[in-house]
Amino acid sequence: MKLIKYVFAGILFGIIMAKSEAISWFRIQEMFRFQSFHMYGIIGTAVVLGVLAVFLMKKLKAKDVDGNPIVFLDKDKQYRKYIIGGTIFGLGWALTGACPGPMFVNLGYGYLAMLVVIFGALVGTYLYGVLKHRLPH
Amino acid sequence: MIEFITQPWSWYFSGFMIALIMVILLFWGKSFGFSANLRTMCTMAGAGKSVKFFDFDWKTQQWNLMFLVGSIIGGYIAANFLSSPSALDLSSHTINDLKALGISFNGGVNPDELFSSAALAHPKTWIILLTGGLLVGFGSRYAGGCTSGHAISGLSNLQIPSLIAVIGFFIGGLTMTYIVMPLLF
Repeated sequence: MKLIKYVFAGILFGIIMAKSEAISWFRIQEMFRFQSFHMYGIIGTAVVLGVLAVFLMKKLKAKDVDGNPIVFLDKDKQYRKYIIGGTIFGLGWALTGACPGPMFVNLGYGYLAMLVVIFGALVGTYLYGVLKHRLPH
Repeated sequence: MIEFITQPWSWYFSGFMIALIMVILLFWGKSFGFSANLRTMCTMAGAGKSVKFFDFDWKTQQWNLMFLVGSIIGGYIAANFLSSPSALDLSSHTINDLKALGISFNGGVNPDELFSSAALAHPKTWIILLTGGLLVGFGSRYAGGCTSGHAISGLSNLQIPSLIAVIGFFIGGLTMTYIVMPLLF
């Protein structure tokens, strides 16, 4: 039952994604065509406030609800995987108009065709796990 | 209050709310990253028996799966109880560009040409959706995160690797938009 709060956070996230229209294939196209500020405004605001929040949490040595220090792990410094993996991700993001979160929000929204995209994403994740050792990182 | 929620949300309110989600999860001792769920689901399906990458205790990710379940419910609530009667306020330039590709905008969230049940009658739609999903799944695990893990959590923590990943997202997105999609549609 300790887990139920995460369902509520997820519900809030789903509503945010839908009401901000970040789940829209059209909005993602608009973003990649640089024809509206909307998506840049959303991500930009989230990042600016996020930077501020993380800075303050580090500065004040914030603790989580269990009293443990909140830790921020540095991402490992293998740069090829970020640029290659990121590019592959971007190809799929523009084509389906959905990154992993919005895939599921769209499903709940009523776009059952997203099940095909989700299945593809699971296959892609599995393929990465299989091929990991042979890929440049 | 309900009118405030049902109208489309401004970019600044939306951005604030996304940052809030990240902060809530941090205070709960968790790190905001959605695509990790795809790996967890592979592990639950038994992928850990043959592939080492999936051999981890998926129960440590139960919270994230609950978050995923919530996001589906949230989408349902938004569509059925909080939806705005007005059409999506899409740029007229985008509408025209997409029209040239044969994709029409009727005010909805996603194009019928790709996501309607009628579209699923064509094998081409299945190939596009499957391939697109595959690229997202493969790429997010390869890069170690998606929009939430890199663009939001990573950039908020001033991680250069996340900035590189986000640059990659755009290299891929622009390539798809300007080079591949004109050939596909």
